[in-house]
Formats: sequence, C-alpha cells, structure tokens
Amino acid sequence: MDEIAKPSGKAGATQPWSLKIYNVFKEFHVRHVAYVPDSGHSELIRRAEGDQEMRALALTSEEEGVALLSGAWLGGERGALLMQSSGVGNCVNMLSLVKLCRIPFLTLVTMRGEWGEFNPWQAPMGAAAQRALELMDVHVLRASRLDEIEETVRAGAAMAFEGGAPVAVLLSQRVIGAKKFAGQETR
Amino acid sequence: MPHSGKLRRREVVARLVKDRGELIAISGLGSATYDLAAAGDCERNFYLWGAMGGAAMVGLGLALAQPGTPIVVFTGDGEALMGMGGFATIALARPPNLTICVLDNGLYGETGGQPSHTAGGASLAEIARGCGIPDCRTIATMAEVEELALKVGKIGAGATVAVVSIDDEELPRVLPSRDGVYLKTRIRSALGLAPP
Repeated sequence: MDEIAKPSGKAGATQPWSLKIYNVFKEFHVRHVAYVPDSGHSELIRRAEGDQEMRALALTSEEEGVALLSGAWLGGERGALLMQSSGVGNCVNMLSLVKLCRIPFLTLVTMRGEWGEFNPWQAPMGAAAQRALELMDVHVLRASRLDEIEETVRAGAAMAFEGGAPVAVLLSQRVIGAKKFAGQETR
Repeated sequence: MPHSGKLRRREVVARLVKDRGELIAISGLGSATYDLAAAGDCERNFYLWGAMGGAAMVGLGLALAQPGTPIVVFTGDGEALMGMGGFATIALARPPNLTICVLDNGLYGETGGQPSHTAGGASLAEIARGCGIPDCRTIATMAEVEELALKVGKIGAGATVAVVSIDDEELPRVLPSRDGVYLKTRIRSALGLAPP
C-alpha cells in the first residue's frame, strides 16, 4: 500500500485572510466559532482558540453548527460557522431552523473543487455548494480575491447580525490555494 | 402506570419542569414537543417542530451563551440517534448547565411506530458515555426521575445525559405554537434580550 501523503504547507502566518476575518469577528462581537476544520480556516481557528472572548468549538458534522449557533443566538450571543464546501450539503435540513425562526446566521465556506483541485471527489459538492445554500434561502456572497475578503466578510456579518439574514461567504479556492500533497506528482 | 410497568413520558417531563424557576426547556420534534407543551406552556420553553437531530445542539448553544441558566433538552430516541455526533461535541464543550433527557420508547412514534435502533440494542447512554459526557444515566423508575430532578435546574459539574425508558403509549397530542419567529422572540424576551 502506498504511504499516505500528509498535507504539506502547514499554516503558520501564511494565511493573510485569517487576521482580516478575525478582526471583523471582533468588530461584530462574534463569540462562538464553530467549525469542521478545513486547512484554509486553520489559522483563523487558532486565533479564535487564543482569544478569551471567543469559543472555538469543533463539530462532528456541519449541521451541528447551524443548531448550535441558533441556540447561542436564542441566548443572546453571536457566532459563525466555518466549514469547507463539502460540508454545505450536510446543513440543508438544519437550515430550516434558521429560516423558520429567522435567526441571524453567518457561515464562511472555503471552496474546494473549483481551482487547481487535485481531488475530483471535492468537485461535486464544490460545484453545488452555492445552489445548496440558496435552496434554503441563504444569501451567498463570494470573495474571489484576497483584497475582497475583509469587505465581503464584513458585508456578510452586517447582513447577518444587523439585518437578521442567513448569509454565507464563499472563499474562493483561487484565494485560499489548492491543497498540495507532498509527493502527489509521483502518483 | 401502564401495563408495561414502564414510566409514562408526560409524568417524567412534568416532574422535571415542576418548580422550574429559571430553567429553560427545549424540546425536539414530535412527541417530546407535545410532552413539554402538556406540562404547561411557558415563555422559557422553545419547541422544535423539525430540524431533526438539532435539539441537543440548540440546547448546547443556549447553555454556552447563558452559563448561569440551567437548560434541559427533551428529545426522543429517534432524534438522539440522528444527532449522535452531538454527544461528542457536548462532551468537548463541557457545559455545566445542560441536561439532555432522552425519552426512549424504542420506536418512531410519529411515523407509524417502526422500531428504532435502541429497540435493536443501541444504548444511547453508553454512546453518550463513550463520547465523554461526564454523567450518563439510564432511568427506569420515578425514584430515579426524582434524583435527576435534583440535578436539572442546577448548575452542575458537567453535562448530563439521562436516557429514560418509557412506555410506548400513544397519547393525545398537545400542540404548542409552531411559529418559529414567535417562539424565538418569546424566549429571548424571557432572557431580557431585545429584538435586534
């Protein structure tokens, strides 16, 4: 059996968007950062873990985050759900809660399967992510360049927390970068 | 007590929300929502009518946002099975003020009484324990319900999962409001939170 390659390029201070997003979270008093990890969110997750006023919480499945953040909002606190595009489909039924109760909802989705993706299994849900969100009337914004990320997340946070809307911000794979696996070129 | 000798679901729920004080109660879709409504509607109740698998996580979110307020979630075995991963997330979050009360009749009562996985041998208390929930218990008697009642309503050392073995009786439905916006605004108002 082939040795399984480990993802290379571990995020250090290599994700300039993470500080921008973190600052927007602070500005909007985001307390709960619920996530199913994605490497594109790893630095943001570490920032949240290091912040006394934030609670970073790992989920077993993305839909848990929709319910968790709805509960937090019932209790008066704001949160954001971090996931990759493959997790969007897992949320669809749970988004009923957000829609029926009109609960402010913000999710940041790192996109896979759309730009230099080596793993074809990421493509189907990557291609369907926006439509899956829109199926449940989640408003979708997209940041396709690094310099768009801060303003787009801020716009999404304002629509969610001030406007009361369900909002997803898609972070293009073109910005985040395609995942590289050591030795993938040999296979 | 019904002929099975098992606990009656509405007696269990009514006992646990009696003398509730500041207690917030969340109910999962189906019979748990009717049971909570039957115990008396209250502005500190939040009923789910859908979003299956979500009740325990709504409870966790509330527990984290309101750490000084005790939270109880009533759910059934069917919903708890769908949201099993949530036990691991609750264990990770370690809320001291959250009790999940699973009303386990071993069947899907809303949809024709098909046997659930707990009837086939799955133990939700063992699953929750294996996920790391500090206090997992099975309950089969009113004396054990009384013991649980001492804990519900208090801020404890960690989360509690109580799996209550109940009779499979079918009871008249007691239907609370299905208006999610109303229920949301009502519970937030009860917590002193203004509409945004």
